[in-house]
Amino acid sequence: MSGQDGARTGAGRATTASDLTALTAAEARRHLDARDVSAAELTEAHLARIDAVEGRVHSYITVMAEVARAQATAGDARIARGEAAPMTGVPVALKDNLCTVDAPTTAASRILAGYRSPYDATVVSRLRDQGAVFLGKANTDEFAMGSSTEWSAFGATRNPWRLSHVPGGSSGGPAAAVAADEAVVALGSDTGGSVRQPAGFCGVVGLKPTYGRVSRYGLIAFASSLDQIGPFARTVEDAAILLGAVAGHDPLDSTSAPEAVPDFAAMVGPGAGEPDLRGVRLGVAREYTIEGMEPGVQAAVDAAIARLAELGAELVEVSLPHTEYALATYYITAPAEASANLARYDGVRFGLSVQAPTLRETYERTRGEGFGPEVKRRIMLGTYALSSGYYDAYYVKAQKVRTLVRRDFDEAFERVDAIVCPTSPTVAFAFGARTDDPYQMYLSDVFTIPANMAGIPGIAVPCGFADGLPVSLQVLGPAFDEGIVLRVADAYERSETWTGQRPPL
Amino acid sequence: MAVEAVRVDPAAGIAPGSALEFETVIGLEVHAQLLTRSKMYCGCLADYADAPPNTATCPVCLGLPGALPVANRAAIELALLTGLSLGCRIPGYNKLDRKNYVYPDLPKGYQISQYDLPLCAGGALTFVSGGVTRTAGITRVHVEEDTGRLVHRSEVGGEVSLVDLNRSGVPLMEIVGDPDLRSPEEAKDYLIALRQILRYIGASTGNMEEGAFRCDANISTRTRDGVLVGSKVEVKNMNSFRAVERALRFEETRQRAALSAGEAVPQETRGWVEDRGVTVSQRTKEQAHDYRYFPEPDLPPLDADAAMVATVRARLPELPLARRARFAAAFGLGEGDAALLTAEREIADTFEAAIGPEATPGEARAAANWILNDLMGLQGQRGLPPHVLPLSADQLRDLLSALAGGEMTARAAKELLPQVEPEELPRAAAARLNLLSLDDTGVVDAAVAETLAAFPAAVADYRAGKKAAIGRLIGETMKRTGGRARPDDVRRRLQAALDADG
Repeated sequence: MSGQDGARTGAGRATTASDLTALTAAEARRHLDARDVSAAELTEAHLARIDAVEGRVHSYITVMAEVARAQATAGDARIARGEAAPMTGVPVALKDNLCTVDAPTTAASRILAGYRSPYDATVVSRLRDQGAVFLGKANTDEFAMGSSTEWSAFGATRNPWRLSHVPGGSSGGPAAAVAADEAVVALGSDTGGSVRQPAGFCGVVGLKPTYGRVSRYGLIAFASSLDQIGPFARTVEDAAILLGAVAGHDPLDSTSAPEAVPDFAAMVGPGAGEPDLRGVRLGVAREYTIEGMEPGVQAAVDAAIARLAELGAELVEVSLPHTEYALATYYITAPAEASANLARYDGVRFGLSVQAPTLRETYERTRGEGFGPEVKRRIMLGTYALSSGYYDAYYVKAQKVRTLVRRDFDEAFERVDAIVCPTSPTVAFAFGARTDDPYQMYLSDVFTIPANMAGIPGIAVPCGFADGLPVSLQVLGPAFDEGIVLRVADAYERSETWTGQRPPL
Repeated sequence: MAVEAVRVDPAAGIAPGSALEFETVIGLEVHAQLLTRSKMYCGCLADYADAPPNTATCPVCLGLPGALPVANRAAIELALLTGLSLGCRIPGYNKLDRKNYVYPDLPKGYQISQYDLPLCAGGALTFVSGGVTRTAGITRVHVEEDTGRLVHRSEVGGEVSLVDLNRSGVPLMEIVGDPDLRSPEEAKDYLIALRQILRYIGASTGNMEEGAFRCDANISTRTRDGVLVGSKVEVKNMNSFRAVERALRFEETRQRAALSAGEAVPQETRGWVEDRGVTVSQRTKEQAHDYRYFPEPDLPPLDADAAMVATVRARLPELPLARRARFAAAFGLGEGDAALLTAEREIADTFEAAIGPEATPGEARAAANWILNDLMGLQGQRGLPPHVLPLSADQLRDLLSALAGGEMTARAAKELLPQVEPEELPRAAAARLNLLSLDDTGVVDAAVAETLAAFPAAVADYRAGKKAAIGRLIGETMKRTGGRARPDDVRRRLQAALDADG
């Protein structure tokens, strides 16, 4: 590979540090393969950016500078051998609920402070195998329970667009890191919107794949039937590249699907031709307008949908009648599963252990001191919902509603190729605005939760600003058709001229 | 006291000590370790016997954050095989559930088990108890995982409890029986029959001492007229068949005494204390766990479709009772001998392999006698487990044919058996030890002559018409040949000598 190849692909030569941290993964790939930028340079530029802005943003719980440098060196050697994979040498942030052998994995909880996993999550080992560079472990609400990253035991992350506001959550760290150029791309997890909502708040792209598309092995479980790992990126194309690198069946996760993984990256970006949505039927759900929806959000989303129509898409009104029950049932199902998933944090084998005279007191003190208030709230909710005498009224009923939510989507996707709606009813809110009112906090995920309940893919793509803060359009598709949501989001993104706008850090 | 647990009709006016006709109702829950190479939900070795504590483990069976279970297909097949051997239905849909409770030996804080939709349901176990053939219903067979172990130890500074998770995740199946058993003896015989089937089909070693076969019992007492009904009591901590019988006998007596005295038998869990021979209360109904079962979201429903069931069914061997009946009918063996020969599959296999498919009833009985008398005697002397004979089928076949062909006398064979080396054929051993039959007529004739000279009285008796006296002379001649002469040869030569000289 020579520098001329890079020039021929149109990447141009990136020279300054800010140029380097502004590169997308696709651009970085061209520069790296052209050998006019090294993985080491790219990594140093990102580590320098982290040094410069972390004091204000706090995207990371742990920065893995030495690991990243070693991976960058190895990545450069691999590129020199002509054996680069799509993610070789590309700096990535990992949400801190993804297990890594070479950095602590805390799930932003005191109970796992300093915990070192003896194994890598499957997505981590797949990125490692590709030669990606791990910049660090990014912040989250404790055990991914929250919508603002304010419930992190290690301090909140700030929204790079306005430091007085939350980045969303639970994957606020990965979202802010990508928005603030502290990483090229990132992996988060989405149980009820935890990738899409913070992506929306931080003005980046966030994708929740189909349940089963990406292995959950090594993802610290919150709600096993809903959790799904997904990419953050500054472009839809990058999200497709990162998804392709981590997707596919894993024998270690019995819920991971055997479905073949299409070449997502080939479906999007400049290589896919001019934005064109002719022949695509897009559903607009009448239920996705709620009380409390901010007018600025509604306006930006309406404008984006109009733009999609200009690109040739046919707009079809659809009905998802059980949407209004999805939020309530989510707050039965997710805490129920969480109450069991979090039982293992008992101070016996790993993590925080507060010794007390009796076993019972050891349990109580370890969990009492180790878990934060939101985690405790959900463990109690879930334990209650599963208890004898309440199980049928809560858990079983929620499962039935979940089936109805899924059926709503099945029926809608018989008529349309994808559904478009807001990612969140509001833009990012100020710190403390919702921590005292869990229900208001939960409402933030009202548009994202149905996709988790149905197991379908959804993407959040920036669609403008309201009050100076990013607004996000959500595109939902049928199970295992990430392709359509990527295509719609990509067509929209490339039809807009403002989308390269960066936060004023 | 749980007043609702007993319905006493005041009008019946039961006087303490009055003769009441009681009935005991027992149902057993058996946990058997499945004989698989790896654990139930991970690839760790299920046989951790020689591993230091906490080394036969991985992130899955340690319950580490992020780890996920993968169901062991071999374990599911063995549980299915068990269900089929017990005549169970295999429902098309079954699932795994989380059973939530907290204890340091349970690393995830829940056990992956099966709650309302088990792998196998509704079968029956036929067994013999007190000479009578009985049938008890099987409620269900389901798969689950074992817990780790706690080790309590005194150390400097006080008592400590240590956790060893080598056993965590070892595959178990639970076989729940209907409350069809009516006495402690029946309970014991049911267990023996169940264990025998599990061993026959290779589902479990059934070893109670090693904990591979564990039993909890539910026992209640009522009067036949239905006037007095005690609640169900669960009994745990019974580590042998004998312990099960003793514990249930104790409970039966205790419950009858309570009801007779007009007291309630409350619903509770009691533990058997082996050295004191009593059960003690462990947990009352009010203290019962709420396990908060819900479907295991990490595992899809178990795959037990018609094709898989057919494949597993094809592995089903002839079961003990059927084999016992066939042995009795085909070989003219008594019920007792047939039962002993089929008690362990390996021994029945050795027997059949040794006699071959063409054996006459006489040959089969001879082989059975050698096994039941000599080989089992030697087995006991050597402390071998009940399913291991001192001779292989090949060795036994060689011995039987040598005996049938007169190459060895029964007496020589009895002397030979303890000295046969592993894998050595008995003929070769007999040659090595000089125990083959004597073909040297000179030696036999000399022994005959010696005997005749030594026992003139017997000779006279014979010649006087007491033909039975020859028995003594045969025995004495055999003794003089070290048991190696063929008895019929000795008889012929003695007769010739006695008749000729008379």
